[in-house]
Amino acid sequence: MTETIFKRPKYLKDAVFHYCPGCGHGITHRLVAEVIEELDIADRSICVPPAGCAVLAYDYFDIDVGEAAHGRGAAVATGLKRVLPDRIVFTYQGDGDMAAIGTAETIHAANRGENITTIFINNGTYGMTGGQMAPTTLVGQKSTTTPGGRDTKRDGNPLRLSEMLALLDGTIYIERVSVTSPKNIRAAKKAIKKAFQIQMDRLGYSLVEVLSPCPTNWKMSPVDSCKWIDEYMTKTFPIGVIKDNSENK
Amino acid sequence: MTEKVLMSGNHVIGEAAVRAGCSFYAGYPITPQNELTEYMAGAMAKLDDGTFIQAESEIAAINMLIGASMAGARVMTSSSSPGISLKQEGISFLSALELPAVIVNCMRGGPGLGNIAPSQGDYFQATRGGGHGDYRNIVLGPASGQEICDLVTKAFDYADEYLTPVMILLDGMMGQMMEPVVFPEYRDISTLPEKTWKIDGAKGRPRRVIKSLLLDVNVEEAHNWKLVRRYEQIKDKIQMAESYKTSDAKLTVIAYGIAARIAKSAVDRAREEGIKAGLLRPVTLWPFPERSLREAASNNTEFLVYEMSTGQMIEDVRLSLNGSSRIHFHGRPGGPVSTPADIYEQIKKYYPR
Amino acid sequence: MITKTAFAGSGGQGVLSMGYILAYAAMRDKKNVTYLPSYGAEVRGGTANCTVCISDEEIASPVASAPDYAIVLNKPSMLKYQGIIRKGGIMLVNSSLVDAKAEREDIEVIYIPANKLALELGSERAVNMIMLGAFAAKTGVTSLESLAGGMSDVLKSKSAGLVDLNKKGIERGAEYALHER
Repeated sequence: MTETIFKRPKYLKDAVFHYCPGCGHGITHRLVAEVIEELDIADRSICVPPAGCAVLAYDYFDIDVGEAAHGRGAAVATGLKRVLPDRIVFTYQGDGDMAAIGTAETIHAANRGENITTIFINNGTYGMTGGQMAPTTLVGQKSTTTPGGRDTKRDGNPLRLSEMLALLDGTIYIERVSVTSPKNIRAAKKAIKKAFQIQMDRLGYSLVEVLSPCPTNWKMSPVDSCKWIDEYMTKTFPIGVIKDNSENK
Repeated sequence: MTEKVLMSGNHVIGEAAVRAGCSFYAGYPITPQNELTEYMAGAMAKLDDGTFIQAESEIAAINMLIGASMAGARVMTSSSSPGISLKQEGISFLSALELPAVIVNCMRGGPGLGNIAPSQGDYFQATRGGGHGDYRNIVLGPASGQEICDLVTKAFDYADEYLTPVMILLDGMMGQMMEPVVFPEYRDISTLPEKTWKIDGAKGRPRRVIKSLLLDVNVEEAHNWKLVRRYEQIKDKIQMAESYKTSDAKLTVIAYGIAARIAKSAVDRAREEGIKAGLLRPVTLWPFPERSLREAASNNTEFLVYEMSTGQMIEDVRLSLNGSSRIHFHGRPGGPVSTPADIYEQIKKYYPR
Repeated sequence: MITKTAFAGSGGQGVLSMGYILAYAAMRDKKNVTYLPSYGAEVRGGTANCTVCISDEEIASPVASAPDYAIVLNKPSMLKYQGIIRKGGIMLVNSSLVDAKAEREDIEVIYIPANKLALELGSERAVNMIMLGAFAAKTGVTSLESLAGGMSDVLKSKSAGLVDLNKKGIERGAEYALHER
């Protein structure tokens, strides 16, 4: 007799991830799928994936999916949620999508207090297009468009979108997590579950920012990538709860 | 409701949309269509399931429409020329995703910021698929308050039937002008065919995906040809034009929207002077009513195209007639409106002797 | 038979409401009608004008090449419309605000001291209704009853006092135009 102690979550399809070895998307997908299963919301959830590496999320999440143009996830999710207020609508977006091209849509959806959830993958780079500078690229970090490292005089500073969103009255819960260790992954899952629960309780906008390794574009090993997040990235993007207003609602 | 009510074109659009079952509107202020946005704010608030959102931009508004249309609602947005340029991203996506939506462009003078005067300068953008990629949209050009009402009603049905955005293309003057209108009864949208493609949570059915990313080139090609087959069907079924005194005309004016109204008076005046003028008014701008044009051309008439632009629809006229007739042009781009007397002079100038 | 009437003056003088009320009156008369206002920034503090077409038949152009009638409330408007009104047409001028005389010989020009008459009725708010009453009486485009009805259609939710004042204005304008000039 063998006992199954680890298996594919129910709402992740039986498909091979296209993600690179060591990429944080796979882990985060798994966490989202586990949370959807545990909250028993699969048959009323709708995912809005981004343009970017996670554009193929519809190949993995076994739920209804409506694709958005680059950066417009929050607007598409707004339309879905307003028509279907009792469904669970979440966007899954990267840093370029959220914090550059879609800044306006993101900020205004959050400010309206749209009752949606956003999973925000911050890996400090444009992964799919080949490693260009992202709004979240660290000072000095090399990318294909900052070959000498990000220079604040020329390229500006890393954008802390979660902290900006926390200033808005419409946001309820914002937490930054990482997926670099079992401990951090457990904390990430807890945060994702809380964010969905807040939407189910109709409290308002919730967001989990996930610091996520991109070994391919960082040109590091997966292990070094995790170390780099823990040692450097968290200095600019500290993990932890940034805002939690859920008790006051 | 059979009672006539006096309403501006912008308000007529709003009321007709509500009666057609529109329950979702997102928009951003821009002159000369603000009355419509304001009307929808009031009208949506009166519905149990109505949503009005003043969006942060035209881009956000059209993308909200994408989400709401995915969810199965009848949706509408409106803007004027510069704002419609911003919406092109979403219009391309709506077309690719095969989502119904109604988009109103109350055209103003351009290019650039231009002015707020009536114009027809966005004809190419509207009829050629103004965003990226290989697509077309149904484009309807009303010329009276009543026709605005009728075409908005049709627009929602066309959008659902052909799974495409439908654009109502009018100009600032049509938006502001008031005429008496008789509205239809409220549409009970629960009687419409079920949207078997919408996403609302996969309860008791296989999950659905609405997407436009088709990385396999063969799949994308097949999708493009599928859209083309639908466009051919649309071309076959919904061409509309008004022919006025064309049967014996020696010079037929071709104009749409408000320009056609002005031209019609000019034609009447010409007829009083014994000049055999006629008017052919395209109502569907895409599909262009080429059958009506060819029919008119078979009567051995010359044509005078009058547009409030430097000449855009004239290309469709040339394509439709394919060299069979002489075609003249009179255009006033950038906002000035010709009077019937001006067009009468043009008719006299080009009338074949 | 189609009649095209232009209304012109400064923003805030009630120019657009004159046209709007005439359009409502024409609807009461079961006529076809178009009401074409100037719009946007042009209206705010600048000039305002509108064109009302009334006909038994379908109306083709809502734009007038040469209006049959014009009601002008300030001097620039008079100078503009005296140039484009059709031969044999009628122009009504608010002579309280326009000190000049029109130069055309081939149109009829009627001067109404509308502000003075309005003050006699108790409020300058009646100026535009006085002009409209004079217009209806002189041209027969619509009746005073339809005009009063159209006016109360438009003002339905506003004060009864204003409706009364406007009615008096319409009657006073008509009386002046017919009997006192």
